[in-house]
Amino acid sequence: MDVAPNWYLALSAVLFTIGTFGVLFRRNAIVVLMSVELMLNAVNLTLVTFSQSMGDPSGQMLVFFSIAVAAAEAAVGLAIVIAIFRSKVTVDITEIHLFKH
Amino acid sequence: MAAPSMFFLLATVAVAAALGMLIARNPVSSALWLVLNLFCIAGLYLTLNASFIGVIQILVYAGAIMVLFLFVIMLLNLSALPELEEIEWASIGGFAVGLVLLSQLLYMVALQFELGVDPVGAEAAAEVGSAASLGEILFTRYALHLQVAGVLLLAATVGAVLLAQRRFQ
Repeated sequence: MDVAPNWYLALSAVLFTIGTFGVLFRRNAIVVLMSVELMLNAVNLTLVTFSQSMGDPSGQMLVFFSIAVAAAEAAVGLAIVIAIFRSKVTVDITEIHLFKH
Repeated sequence: MAAPSMFFLLATVAVAAALGMLIARNPVSSALWLVLNLFCIAGLYLTLNASFIGVIQILVYAGAIMVLFLFVIMLLNLSALPELEEIEWASIGGFAVGLVLLSQLLYMVALQFELGVDPVGAEAAAEVGSAASLGEILFTRYALHLQVAGVLLLAATVGAVLLAQRRFQ
């Protein structure tokens, strides 16, 4: 490949940081879940870069399973958001404090 | 295939779309920015000659998962949350944490560490990333993992249905 793997890793670092900012700063629970998906994607990009530059398919298998787990995580996370919305009628994570008493 | 101009175009759009997701006030706009970002990452997988993962990325992420997100956003009929009036100390701390994380990650990348093996050529990489070689290893060496992933997805489906029916007190 013409582009050095380090460029892919740097891009992955930037995307991961943007995802971290989304988790830290956004108050909408759905956008927080989307930021987690962005962080997972950044890590997947790192794995695919290493897997392709080393010629080892195991890294891409890990990405495959990571995508499956991300799908499960999104389904369960959004179900929790729906359940909370039905009782509190908000998805603002600063308003959701079920354990704080 | 992996021309540098292609990489830098896709990388720029990916970062811009991620920032758009971060900044957009409406959750639907955030989701659409994230879809653009996922498409760009799929294109980056293709520039790495990882064709199978690139197609899976579009099918599963940009297709299934983002449709789930958009479906929930429309189901809940959300409007944009009111803006915060004042800047809190926690936000400044979070910003510092993010900047430290970014500088740490970029420092590690800039160290130019050695992989330990020689980088393979484009043809070998395309062969590794093809559906044929990945399918072969998936159904032989990772067959048990595949079964476990299937059970996990089943459990997540049942759990999601049960959770969405439940009402928290």
